[in-house]
Amino acid sequence: MKKFLVALLVAAFAFPAAAFGADTIKIGFNIPLTGDIPKVGEMSKNAAEMLKEKINGAGGLDVGGKKYQLEFVYVDNEAKPESAVNAALKLIEGEKVLAMVGPQGSGRAIPAAEVANNNKTVMISGWSTNPKTTLDRPYVFRACFLDDFQGPVAAKFAAEQLKAKKAAVLYAVDQDYCKGISEFFKKDFEKTNGAGSVVAYETFTTKDVDFSAQLTKIIKANPDMLFVPQYYNEVGLIVKQARDLGFKGPILGSDSWGSAELMNLCGDDCKGQYFVTHYAAAGAKGATKEFIDAFTGKFKQVPDDVAALTWDATGMVLAAVQKMGAPSGDLAKDRTALRDAMASMRGYDGITGKMSYDGKTGDPVKCAVIVKITDKGEFSFHESVCP
Amino acid sequence: MGKSLTVPALLAALLLMAVAAAKMGILGQYAITFLCSMGIFIILSASLNLVNGYMGEFSCGHAGFMAVGAYASSILGVFLFVPDQVFGQPLLSMAWSPWAFPIVLAAGFVAAALAGLVVAIPSFKTRGDYLAVITLAAGYIIKSAIENVEAVGGPRGFMGMGKIVQGMDAVAKLPWMLVWIFLGVVFTIWILRRFVYSTLGKGVMAIHQDEVAAEIMSVNTNKMKLIAFMLSSGLAGLAGGLFAYMVSFVNPASFTILRSTECLVMVYLGGMGSLTGSVLSAIVFAVMLEFLKPLEQLKWVAIPLLLILLMQFRPEGIMGNRELSDIFPKLKRYYRFK
Amino acid sequence: MLDTVIQQALNALQLGSYYSLIALGYCLVYGVLLLINFAHGDIFMVGAYIAFFAATFLMGQHALIPPASPVAVKLAFAGFFALLPTFAMAWWLGRKRSHGQALNVNYPAVVGGVFVVFSAAVFYFGQSVSIASGTDKLVVFAVTIPLTMVLTSVVGVFIERVAYKPLRLKGANRLYVVITALMMGIILEYGNLSLLGTSRLSFPTLLPRTVFDVLGAKITITKLSGIAVSFLVFALLQWIVTRTKLGMAMRAVSYDKFAVPLMGIPLDAVIIFTFFLGSSMAGLAGMFYAMNFPVLDPFMGALVGWKAFVAAVVGGIGDIRGAFVGGFLLAFLEVTVAATFSSELRDLISFTILLGILTWKPTGLFGKPKTTKI
Repeated sequence: MKKFLVALLVAAFAFPAAAFGADTIKIGFNIPLTGDIPKVGEMSKNAAEMLKEKINGAGGLDVGGKKYQLEFVYVDNEAKPESAVNAALKLIEGEKVLAMVGPQGSGRAIPAAEVANNNKTVMISGWSTNPKTTLDRPYVFRACFLDDFQGPVAAKFAAEQLKAKKAAVLYAVDQDYCKGISEFFKKDFEKTNGAGSVVAYETFTTKDVDFSAQLTKIIKANPDMLFVPQYYNEVGLIVKQARDLGFKGPILGSDSWGSAELMNLCGDDCKGQYFVTHYAAAGAKGATKEFIDAFTGKFKQVPDDVAALTWDATGMVLAAVQKMGAPSGDLAKDRTALRDAMASMRGYDGITGKMSYDGKTGDPVKCAVIVKITDKGEFSFHESVCP
Repeated sequence: MGKSLTVPALLAALLLMAVAAAKMGILGQYAITFLCSMGIFIILSASLNLVNGYMGEFSCGHAGFMAVGAYASSILGVFLFVPDQVFGQPLLSMAWSPWAFPIVLAAGFVAAALAGLVVAIPSFKTRGDYLAVITLAAGYIIKSAIENVEAVGGPRGFMGMGKIVQGMDAVAKLPWMLVWIFLGVVFTIWILRRFVYSTLGKGVMAIHQDEVAAEIMSVNTNKMKLIAFMLSSGLAGLAGGLFAYMVSFVNPASFTILRSTECLVMVYLGGMGSLTGSVLSAIVFAVMLEFLKPLEQLKWVAIPLLLILLMQFRPEGIMGNRELSDIFPKLKRYYRFK
Repeated sequence: MLDTVIQQALNALQLGSYYSLIALGYCLVYGVLLLINFAHGDIFMVGAYIAFFAATFLMGQHALIPPASPVAVKLAFAGFFALLPTFAMAWWLGRKRSHGQALNVNYPAVVGGVFVVFSAAVFYFGQSVSIASGTDKLVVFAVTIPLTMVLTSVVGVFIERVAYKPLRLKGANRLYVVITALMMGIILEYGNLSLLGTSRLSFPTLLPRTVFDVLGAKITITKLSGIAVSFLVFALLQWIVTRTKLGMAMRAVSYDKFAVPLMGIPLDAVIIFTFFLGSSMAGLAGMFYAMNFPVLDPFMGALVGWKAFVAAVVGGIGDIRGAFVGGFLLAFLEVTVAATFSSELRDLISFTILLGILTWKPTGLFGKPKTTKI
């Protein structure tokens, strides 16, 4: 009886599958298909599916002269940390994937990275900008820059190009991403413009929709510009309310503005504003343009930064597979080999720019782009800032 | 003699079996994590049942107490064993970690029980839906307070617990979190049983029936409420501590009202005032959460729909207020109640 | 300084108007059935979505009526769609009239009548506006209001019939109904998500975006209309509950659910009417909320719903004045904390104060302590 129960348990939980069964390469995706930010999951999945079709359509991934078919497994992490851990284990142990892409948000990426690192499996997050994600974890990588790079870039832009002497910040206190960027922005802006030059530093809580109390305070402090490192859905509300309350200065954003939905939600109010991001959709050239056109044609929406970064993250994993050579079939060995190939990646030409790892950390060296929202509502390239 | 040993022996056998299965690799890491989250669900639902089921109050801030326990256990553990930017060098060597871990969990229990006072004291005068709002507000306050404490990472969360679990692994190669959570579940059920069948428990149930009458019958209602609230929130804190070490990362976003809602659902699904029901509903809930994943977004339409249907057919929950032994009276031969 | 104070007061007023509107819906259902309708926040969300579809539909964004068609055609369409559910509802309520002899007021006729008169007014008003200004956005605005209210109330009543009533008849513990409501709310949220996808919707601008200057403080028409509506709804509900036969019936049900049918009051009809009223208020609130905060997502009702519930309870749940005052109280607390202390501590301090109020007055500001029989 007990044996039967154990057997039942095994049957229920062990998903016998080999990563390299019949010349396939299996990659797992740990993404939020449900929960608070399903859009992120949807965009990640779309980008991944597109990449898979592109490569499988061409006969598969060429590794050492042999074609391998790609198999992508998507597991929902519900935008919850414990589910992300669960999903990571399911992918690494159950599905026996070679590498894992995601989770995208830092709240999920940090615990999942712990799991991936302990199990010696390559994990690459497209979107997690929190420094803790890759800290002391040789198996964990990311495809985006960090908060401590983006914040100063924004501060520099505000001081030099927007000619701001006094700045104000409005951000969500319970979002690690927004909080991180705001802190770095404040530090850097005050370094150039003197202590107290950030005249208003206001916060709200996620899912708030009324910011008038904070904006009134900000306007009273009379800043030259307002920095809003918030998600696109909040941006629409913040910018509108700021204008209604009589704020006339420029409003600067961060990479979380970069969604196709921004203009739909924000409308005319956002036109003429700038934001820091990973890539500019309008006026893009070469591979970036191809990606944007293909994506727009397939899914009827312009890819946002999550889609672009997922594409790049997955692309980088595949490039590393090509670099490490034909898989041996021994999963543990292959995963380690893949890690080494990832860490020695130099000058990978992604659609969000060139990326290199320095071999010590999993944080890429890459440039940020400052984008201007044109009067037609397009995100056009303004300038590129490199570390 | 025989009666009092059957259950402990059975539990010990179960634990041994699980550990052996994990060591032999029959139980993968994924299955272990699934069992662990199920265990945490059981602790949460059983502990909330004390207040919402047995005492008949409507507390909806359970996640807040869980957060307090999670942070307290994590901070103490990291303070004792892991070098940290804020808390400095570790006090103890990692070899002590398996022995000190119960103390770490106890800290979570105590901290959450103290937070439970926040709710217990207003409950002397307030009842029903007014108390529901106090618990709700308490949940908000706790979450908001943690977000504003920079030393524990604020919204970025707190980590370092993974190192302690690894440290325990270095001492002895065991599925430690499974063992601790198993012990946590057993402890929870045991203490709740003891409580419910003691005079205190009778007092609590008297409050549920009629508070005024209970007071006239010389039940010290304030004391009862104080103990019930503190025990319930303390156990939620225990669950929080276990959760923190299982995930090895805590952040305030894990303890939103949604988690409180999950706890509430499990209690009422199982049946008010039935420990068996709470355990059963936690298992059902965990299984549903895991196995309906392929439905993606529709999962959260399907689960509530199933639960609503279930409530239409069984408006008193799965077990009502009955226990396992009420359904299978013969079981009484094998275990005692107190 | 003065302008900041006035500005913050106005900010608090407009935020409070939404808390109050939702709290009033909670309170209405609670007052009659002692049921915390946790789905209320999500019905409010559904209301906002219905308003969105009604408005865009009327504006010709979703086809059916081409944008270029004459105003009269649009109005005919709109009137038809506004009146159809109204009459359906009135008929449905009227069907139960035979059981309700004791109620002298023919309430279905009253409800139907109100909407007919309202729609007629919309017709007249709408035409004159469209002629005068050359824009028909105001017409759309005016027609969307009754349409949203009626359609949302259909959702609310449907939920009551399907989910709550069977449980009530089975004599389940009242908390099981509360949990069912909680589940219903989740179904609405995720049902919406899977139906409409993850993209957020942008509510069209219906009212002109004129900014008024009040002693240096700025306020838009949309904000003012939200405040005005909350006061109007409060007055209306207060009147219905305290001055009409129907309100008396509602209070009677609240007082003793079992004795009421013995007095010849149709219990079921009163409950339906309550849900009808509560949900239509949620729809109204949803629409004005969406106009002011024009980003719609399926979870928009959850947080504001919980906060409104807290507000209703602090005011003294079951009392309409309590819900109204509670909503504004919460908003004033939040704005005051954000304006004077740090906005980081807003939730912390405002909820602590609410907790303090409940400890000081355990049944809320307007609630009366119940005497319990033994």
